Amino acid sequence: MKRKSLLIFALCASLIFGLAACGGSGGSGGGSRGENGSITVFNYGDYIDRDLISQFENQYGITVNYEEYVAPEDMYTKYTSGAIDYDVIITSDYMVEKLMSEDQLLPIDTSGMEYIDNIGDRYWEFCRAFDPENSYAVPYLWGTVGIIYNTSMVDEDVNSWSILWDEDYANSIIMENSVRDAFIAPLRLQGDSINTTDEAELRAACDRLVEQYPLVYAYQVDETRDSMISGEAALGMIYSGDATVAIEGNPDLAYTIPREGSNVWIDCAVIPASATNVEGAQQFIDFLCSYDAAMANFEYIYYGTPNEAILDDLDEEVLADTTIFPTDEMLENCEVFRYLGSEADALYTDLWQIVKTSN
Amino acid sequence: MSNLFARREQSRSVERHNSPRHPWLAGPYIFWAAGFIVLPLVLVFYYGLSGPDGTFTLANLAAIAQPIFRNALGQSLLISFGTTAICLVLAYPLAYILSKNRSRSGAFIIILIVLPMWINFLLRILAVQMLIANNGIINMILGHLGLAQMRLINTRAAIFLGTAYDYFPFMVLPIYNAMCKIDHDIIEAAHDLGANALTTFRRIIVPLSLPGVISGIIMVFIPSISEFAIADILGGSRILLFGNVIEQEFNMSNDWHTGSGLSLILMVFIIISMIVMHRVDKDGEGQIIW
Repeated sequence: MKRKSLLIFALCASLIFGLAACGGSGGSGGGSRGENGSITVFNYGDYIDRDLISQFENQYGITVNYEEYVAPEDMYTKYTSGAIDYDVIITSDYMVEKLMSEDQLLPIDTSGMEYIDNIGDRYWEFCRAFDPENSYAVPYLWGTVGIIYNTSMVDEDVNSWSILWDEDYANSIIMENSVRDAFIAPLRLQGDSINTTDEAELRAACDRLVEQYPLVYAYQVDETRDSMISGEAALGMIYSGDATVAIEGNPDLAYTIPREGSNVWIDCAVIPASATNVEGAQQFIDFLCSYDAAMANFEYIYYGTPNEAILDDLDEEVLADTTIFPTDEMLENCEVFRYLGSEADALYTDLWQIVKTSN
Repeated sequence: MSNLFARREQSRSVERHNSPRHPWLAGPYIFWAAGFIVLPLVLVFYYGLSGPDGTFTLANLAAIAQPIFRNALGQSLLISFGTTAICLVLAYPLAYILSKNRSRSGAFIIILIVLPMWINFLLRILAVQMLIANNGIINMILGHLGLAQMRLINTRAAIFLGTAYDYFPFMVLPIYNAMCKIDHDIIEAAHDLGANALTTFRRIIVPLSLPGVISGIIMVFIPSISEFAIADILGGSRILLFGNVIEQEFNMSNDWHTGSGLSLILMVFIIISMIVMHRVDKDGEGQIIW
C-alpha cells in the first residue's frame, strides 16, 4: 500500500513538475551545471538509490541529469532518436550487445578507476558472453527471472513453468509485459534455448502463449510486485530483485527458478557514442563500483551485486537468500540473453503482438 | 426565437469589435502552435508517407490491412462507440432533469459532475483500479455479503467503465448548456398550442438540444478512439487498442514509419467523424469547442 501511495504521489509530482523537468533534463544543453560540467544518465525505473546521485554531484562537482525508462526497447528508441546526448546508460546484456553491434558504444578505460577491482572476476567472465574483451560494459547488478507465488493461494510445490498454464489459477497469473522475458517460459518448457531464432520453435512458443492468454490476469512489469503483495494474483513471472522486495512486503510469497531453466541476466553501465562528457561518465561508473554506492544500492534494490567488497559485510541471512544469490545448481539451466539481430527482433515483436491481440 | 437571434447578433458584434485590433497578441500562441502542433503533424505526415529509405510509399497506410492492426482498430472503434453510447444514455436524461431543476440542489449536482475533472484523469483511473481489483473494494463487499467474487479488472468491461467514467462530464455539460439555453417561452407556446409533454419533448427539446448532443458526442468519441492509457491500467495490457499498437510501434519496434502511418489512419477516422458532425450540426454550435 505504501508503494501505491508513493506512486500516486510521484504521479502528481511528475505532472506538476513535468514541464519544468523536461526543460531541465535537456542533456548537455540543459540549465545548471556543476563546476566539472554535467552528465546525463539513463537507467531503468527505480533502479538506483536516489541519494547516490546527490552524493556523486557533491563529491565530484558534476551535475547529473537523471532519466528513467521501463523496457530496454524504450531506451533504445529514445537513445537512437538522438534528442538527448546520454553519457551513461545502464541496460541489460542483450541490449549492450545490440548497441555494440551497431558501434554505438565507447570503450571504457578502467585503468584509472579507483574502485573497479571491487567487481568480482566471476562477473567480468559473465559479461564476456556478449563483451568478449570486457571493454564496453561494467557490471551493475544481476539476477534471474522466475516465478513468484503466494503460498496461501498455491498449495502445490512450484518448480515448473507449466504451472503458468494451470487452469486452476485462471485470472490469477501475471505474465511479463516484455517480449523476450515472456517467451522464456514457453521456450524452456519446449526445451528450446531462450536465444532461439528458429521460426518453428518461436511459433510453437507463441501458440503456447496464445493458449495461456485467457488465464492471464495481466501483463505487467514493475506493477507485479504490488499486485503480488496485495494478493491480487496467485502466481507471476518476476525479476528476482522485485521478488525479494515483494517477499519482504508479504511473507506468504515465495520465489523459485523453475527446473526447466530460465534467464540469468546482468545489467551493465555503458558509455554510448553520444557521450559529451566521457570523463564525467567514467567517474560516475567508477563511483557506482565504490563500496558505499554498491552497499546503498544493494540495500535499496536487493538485486545480486557483482561488488564483492560488500559481500563480507552482508548478513548471513541475506547471503543465504537464494532469491538474491541463487546457487550454481539453480543456475545450471539458465542462459544469458543474446542479441539476436534485427530480423529475429522483428519476428519476436510480431509474435508478441499476435499474443496480445488474441482475445 | 427572436431573443436567441438577438443574443447571437450581439456576440458577433463583440467579436467584430475585438478581433483585428492587436493581431500580434496572438504571437506567443502562433509560436506554440507552430512548434507543438504544426511541426509534429508535418513529421507524422513525413514518416507516415515514407519508407525507412526516405522514399515515398503508401505501405505504412496499407499496414492497417494486417490482422493485428485491424483487430486493434476494431477494438478501439468498439470502445469509442460503446463509450459514447453509454455516456449519451446516462447523460441525456440527467441533463434534462438538471436543466429543469435550476434550484440549489441542481447546481450542487453540476458541481459534483465537474469536481472530478479537477483531479488528473490518471489518478481517477488508478482509483477505479483499486475499486474493481480482484481483492478491491467491490469484491470485498460482495465477499462480505456472501456473494461470488466477480472478475472485473483487466476485462473489456473495465475499460468501458474507465472511459465512460472519465468522459462522462464532457457529455453532460454541453447537453446541459444547450438545454438551459432553450427559451421557456417556446415550450409554453407549444403547450398553449395543444402539444402534450411527449410531443413537446420530441419536437422542441430534442431538436434544440441537438447541438449540445453533437458537441458531447465529439468530445467523447474523438478522445476515446485514441485512448490507450486506460486500456493499460484497467485492461492489464491484455487488450490492445489502436493507441497501444501505435505506441508499441514507436517504443518497442522502433518503427516510426508504421507508427506514423497508423496515426494517419486514426486521423482519417477523426476527420471523418468531424465532417459527419459538421454536416449534422448545421448551426455550427458544436464547433464552439473546436
